[in-house]
Amino acid sequence: MNETTLEIPYEIPEDAHNPVEPFLRMERMPHIWCPGCGIGTTVNCFTRALLDSKANLDKVAIVSGIGCTGRVAGYARLDSFHTTHGRAIPFATGLKLANPELQVVVYSGDGDLFAIGGNHFIHAARRNMDIKVVCVNNMIYAMTGGQTAPTTPATSISSTAPYGVAEPTFNLAQLAEAAGASYVARWTTYHVKQLARSMQEVLNKKGFCFIEVLSPCPTLYQRRNKMGDGLDAMKYYKQASKVRNGAPTGECTLSKTGEIVVGKFVDRERPDYFELQRAQFVQTLGERYAEPEVSCCSEC
Amino acid sequence: MLQRVLTEIRIAGFGGQGVILAAAVIGKAAAIFQGGYATMTQSFGPEARGGSSSAQVILSTEPILYPYVTQPDILVVMSQEAYTRFAPQLKPGGVLIMEQDLVRVDKIPNGVRAFGVPATRLAEQLGRKVVLNIVMTGFFTAVTNLLDADAVRQAVDDSVPPAMKKLNLQAFDKGLEYGSMLMTRLAENGDSEGVLTLEVEA
Amino acid sequence: MHADPKGVLTGVHFLDGDHACCEGTLAAGARFAAGYPITPSTEVVERFAARIPTVGGVFIQMEDELAASIAIQGAVWGGAKAFTVTSGPGYSLMMEHIGLAAMTEAPCVFVNVQRGGPSTGLPTLPAQADMMQARWGSHGDYGIIALCPNSPQECFDLTIEGFNLAEEFRVPVMMMLDECVGHMTEKVVIPPADQIEVTPRRFTKKPPAEYRPYQPAADLVPDMVKAGDGYRFHITGLTHDERGYPSMNVETQDRLVRRLQDKLKPLADGRSLCETADLDDAEVVVVSYGITSRVAQRALQQARKQGIRAGKFRIISAWPFPAGRIRELAGRVKAFVVPELNMGQMVLEVERAAAGKANVISIPHAGGTVHNPDVILKAIVEAAR
Repeated sequence: MNETTLEIPYEIPEDAHNPVEPFLRMERMPHIWCPGCGIGTTVNCFTRALLDSKANLDKVAIVSGIGCTGRVAGYARLDSFHTTHGRAIPFATGLKLANPELQVVVYSGDGDLFAIGGNHFIHAARRNMDIKVVCVNNMIYAMTGGQTAPTTPATSISSTAPYGVAEPTFNLAQLAEAAGASYVARWTTYHVKQLARSMQEVLNKKGFCFIEVLSPCPTLYQRRNKMGDGLDAMKYYKQASKVRNGAPTGECTLSKTGEIVVGKFVDRERPDYFELQRAQFVQTLGERYAEPEVSCCSEC
Repeated sequence: MLQRVLTEIRIAGFGGQGVILAAAVIGKAAAIFQGGYATMTQSFGPEARGGSSSAQVILSTEPILYPYVTQPDILVVMSQEAYTRFAPQLKPGGVLIMEQDLVRVDKIPNGVRAFGVPATRLAEQLGRKVVLNIVMTGFFTAVTNLLDADAVRQAVDDSVPPAMKKLNLQAFDKGLEYGSMLMTRLAENGDSEGVLTLEVEA
Repeated sequence: MHADPKGVLTGVHFLDGDHACCEGTLAAGARFAAGYPITPSTEVVERFAARIPTVGGVFIQMEDELAASIAIQGAVWGGAKAFTVTSGPGYSLMMEHIGLAAMTEAPCVFVNVQRGGPSTGLPTLPAQADMMQARWGSHGDYGIIALCPNSPQECFDLTIEGFNLAEEFRVPVMMMLDECVGHMTEKVVIPPADQIEVTPRRFTKKPPAEYRPYQPAADLVPDMVKAGDGYRFHITGLTHDERGYPSMNVETQDRLVRRLQDKLKPLADGRSLCETADLDDAEVVVVSYGITSRVAQRALQQARKQGIRAGKFRIISAWPFPAGRIRELAGRVKAFVVPELNMGQMVLEVERAAAGKANVISIPHAGGTVHNPDVILKAIVEAAR
């Protein structure tokens, strides 16, 4: 990140080490992520996107599930919610419906969002709920010690598949598109600029938006699969990635060592949940319809 | 006020006849428009499926504690199946009210007074078969003399959508009138051991 | 403060318990509900779905009970008074999020219209067999409030009370209906809005720089904020310090878990909701709750007619359990008779509180209908002997 070109509308403390400090809870540093882990890189991109989108940070809320990526909510200096395993999306749904002026971002891992939380993901996408979902895909359950995830590529070794994973993996981009997402993109932690740009785009786009970020887990995925460290992962991402914006998501399945198709695959306009719901009520109830006033805070 | 301390009523028929609404009207008349107490419960689930429908209403001058009907004082049936199933539970000396074209009774249980009304036909005369339940309610009001007719009429008015009020009130009056004529006839001619109905008499 | 008249359907109605409960939520100020269909509870949200678009609020049918029970918590942190409704298997699925609400101190209401269990059990018939689950169903130590209405009128009144207690103590409140009460239709009087007291949320008056999300007030309950107001607060289901940050050490755990239970102490005795009668001279006391309390009342009337000095102790707030009041009675009565539509759940609490000072007689019932009052009467007669 080229700091000299940033226009930062926030006061950076004189003793700051990094221009993203105003976005983070520095009192909680150091974070828990391992050396070489990519989650911090994605957070850096996210702060950059917040900056570039000129969002009012008081009106941005971040919701995480459980896992390594689930800890992002705890480090972001935003209204932040670290919920239960797999349920960040329905929590975010309630938050957004109660307080539509909030920009609600779900930030969680592949196991959280697509195994235990998979059903919530497809229904939020179907509804085109106006929330932004960032999935850091490290292809493994990392927090709990490297068990198989629905994203773990076939033949990979995990702590619960010591002889190699036999199951096919989920193609998250295809799943998101099929379920109805308005926006679908995939990047790796090598593609920091593109990732930050995608994140900025979704912060300015209505409807259900999904960004998948491939991110290394040197401790539990790469080590067990003899794939080197964080730097080796970067080299692999650089060499194997192919930018194909608009690629049919059905052609974007990931494998253990094969090509990684990245890019913005879907960017379409669909009426979101609020628009659909409101139109239906207005049509059937006419003047009897009352706009939702959900907050119980009478003075606010 | 209600006439009796406690009256247990069961209304039964098949789905679509408006059994539950009839029960709700009777309960509402007692509890809201006549200053008494009423508890209505209805059968749900497997026993309410397969086309049958049944509701229980308890009317009382005092707060009702036990919520279910154990032995009905009054049984209103609108299908043969409902009659077969519930008639044995009727209290000795109780009242049986039936849709006479839909229920055939071979032998009336001992001590039971049985009243018949062609509610479906009367409803059809109003142009809508669906209000047979309210015709039955009117007939019930006349022959049981348990509730004030005005209270029940108010309950009908309060229980149906605005567009359906006129039709339902007509249905109620039709059933009430039919029942009143029957009661007048009985007062003149004395009781009978068969089903008490205008048509058989005629 | 008074209820917002927009949600209050003032008048005299003939409603079943589920519908009355829904009117209670609206009168209490709930403007958000999330649900998933399950018999015999669905009527509560069916009515809410019909009513809320003209009152001004949100109902969403979620994809399962896990989603419904956490969507309401998202709504709570967005500033809403919110609830969900379920029964049987759905209640089991909600357990994790009851724990989350307790841990994060999110005021919300879970309505459970109890049916026969275990598993799919008796979907359309009553039971009271989730009483222990309501208290202990989520993992870990925490406290909740549970209320047991015995009529449609109480389904309305106590639902408002439930929302008020949820706000005051910042806990999830369990409305423990049963199929019989939920599907029973009776007269329900809904007063004018200015006669309904509604407890406002404990929003902090402190500016963001001074605010600490889990700093308890004198009553051990912390004040609250909502998202979007510039507090940039953090909420986690992990053990957390007063700042709301994860702090996984023995001291923080001890302080937090103790406080989550201790803050409910005022409700255990002094403020517990009970309905009593004829206790002054009683030698046998029937302890009951929910629909069973009405059946028990019939048995009590018959017992008094027979000259037996029988008294009524009807539990309305089952959790926290009113142990002090039972303990006090245990010193001067011969026996407690405890009928319930389960194989003996709250009777364990009565036994614990009585501590051997009075006989405790359980009248279990596996559910599907209510007790025969004669069975309760027989137990009273035998206990008095």
